Amino acid sequence: MLAFTLRRAIQAIGVMIAVGIIAFAMFRFAGDPVSQLVPIDASAAERAQIRQSLGLDDPFIVQFGRYLFDAAQFKFGVSYQFRQPVSDLLKERMPATLELAVCATILALVFGILMGVFSALRRDSLLAKLFQMVSLIGISLPTFLIGILLIYLFSVTLGWLPSFGRGDVVKLGWWSSGLFTLSGWKALIMPSITLGLFQMTLIMRLVRAEMLEVLRTDYIRFARARGLTTRAIHFGHALRNTLVPVITVVGLQFGSVIAFSIITEQVFQWPGMGLLFVQAVQNVDIPIMAAYLMMVSLIFVTINLVVDILYTVVDPRLRATISRPA
Amino acid sequence: MTAPVLSVRNLQVEFETRRGTLRAIDGVSYDIAKGEVLGVVGESGAGKSVTGLAVIGLIDRPGRISGGEILLSGLRIDNLPPEEMRKVRGKRIGMIFQDPLTSLNPLYRVGDQIIETIKTHTSLTDQQARKRAIDLLAEVGIPAPEKRIDGYPHEFSGGMRQRVVIALALCAEPELIIADEPTTALDVSVQAQIISLIKRLGRDHGTAVMLVTHDMGVIAETCDRVAVMYAGRVAEIGPVQEVIKNPLHPYAKGLMGAIPTLAGEDKRLVQIPGAMPRLSAIPAGCSFNPRCGSAFDRCRVDRPDPLQRGTQAVACHLYDRATETAA
Repeated sequence: MLAFTLRRAIQAIGVMIAVGIIAFAMFRFAGDPVSQLVPIDASAAERAQIRQSLGLDDPFIVQFGRYLFDAAQFKFGVSYQFRQPVSDLLKERMPATLELAVCATILALVFGILMGVFSALRRDSLLAKLFQMVSLIGISLPTFLIGILLIYLFSVTLGWLPSFGRGDVVKLGWWSSGLFTLSGWKALIMPSITLGLFQMTLIMRLVRAEMLEVLRTDYIRFARARGLTTRAIHFGHALRNTLVPVITVVGLQFGSVIAFSIITEQVFQWPGMGLLFVQAVQNVDIPIMAAYLMMVSLIFVTINLVVDILYTVVDPRLRATISRPA
Repeated sequence: MTAPVLSVRNLQVEFETRRGTLRAIDGVSYDIAKGEVLGVVGESGAGKSVTGLAVIGLIDRPGRISGGEILLSGLRIDNLPPEEMRKVRGKRIGMIFQDPLTSLNPLYRVGDQIIETIKTHTSLTDQQARKRAIDLLAEVGIPAPEKRIDGYPHEFSGGMRQRVVIALALCAEPELIIADEPTTALDVSVQAQIISLIKRLGRDHGTAVMLVTHDMGVIAETCDRVAVMYAGRVAEIGPVQEVIKNPLHPYAKGLMGAIPTLAGEDKRLVQIPGAMPRLSAIPAGCSFNPRCGSAFDRCRVDRPDPLQRGTQAVACHLYDRATETAA
């Protein structure tokens, strides 16, 4: 088990180095960063001086090594537009994005699984059909449209919820949290729904399909022949067997939730990493873009690792496969 | 005489399909006494398994029991409300399915599955239930049960898993065990072990056993009586030695003729020409008549009812005529 975790961790480091190459390549191929930094009328000497002070005239491999070494310590250089260390900017923005992503995922998980189980068990009920319909809407409507519709309904027409920002935040060390104020919660509702709706419908459909599949298996039939209660069969035996694919999808989707929060953050002007990234793209702020790329991949890689470990918690058969590597 | 453990009376099972109602079981009747092993034999699709599922109340939509009655120790169980029927399943009727590899939930320890079943049907505490689970595993012949109880199904071989499945069926000391092709998915050497295990357990506990199989060898070795099914009906039922040595129904004769013997004279095995009709196209009269060498006019019109001939009962007009001419 430990060997497995270590092996996966080493693979993860490999992935991060590969991403590092791509992130670093952005600096090299997206134009000369010096011209972004200096005024238009700067002299050639000034340019050369900046170039040297930033280490831009060092050999490629030295620059790349330095970049990776710094990135490993979460130092991503200085933002061109804000003239601040990128790591500070990310640190400032990350809590907002993570709170939003976690909230959206929990929302998606809870409602997705509940609705999925319900529509599998009561396939012909009116409510199950309604869920199916809602899930169609959730899958087919683009995120920004849902966000704008919600704003129109709850902010513009009804005036119940704020249409932008994250409300009042409380500082916990460097972490700024909106979870301790009423306005923070209010501001969180609509972005979470917007961001989580697609995931929710995905989870719901997945749970429904898996559950229907599992309910047809022999061991469920045998569980019924053993006279177990319906409750024990559905929630003890069937649901646990549907969880392996659900964990996979939720894990991967959590990464996408963070990555796709760009759109939601833009719609709700949510002060997170996504919004920062959009501004960076508009201003060709490569250090931020590269750092964002690295952060998102780090999150993806970490989640994959966690998912692999979670499998073995749910499915004992995988424990055997893992302790005997192929 | 006490009531038989299981008494099936004129059972009918129908499946609603898009192409109309199919009758999978049509007027099946039989009894199983305490401690008796009844074999149910027939081709695929003859209705063997459906009979077993009907008894334990696991016929799923679109199927349903459309007629007849099922009595367990004299009490009618085919019309019990679902929750009452659930309490009968596992407690008074145990079931063993064909494929031990898929009968156990792969995510739970075998011990937990046994303990769960015991606790569902009895008021034992966790520790008592665990003790009973270990005893059960020992009884079905699993070595080192106090260790194996914490194993997962994938850590057991096919034969061992079938033993676990049998232990699960025995959890609450049922009056009746339905074994639906319990050896089909196993190696031949393991088959014999499992069969003798079922036989021994039935004897030791006085449990009635309904053994569904298409293996005549298993029937000959294990059963007290045998019912030969054809197209949803019982063609012939009687003591196993009688039916094997002296089959009456032309279909039963054909079946017995198709068993190879080790004594092995170089005779060709007898074949029954044709195939069993599909449920949607069961011929009028006797359903076997198109394949029957001795069929006559009445067989194509009139459906034969079971006739008692000594210890055997046979659904065939040949014997009706025989009685008539003899009288």
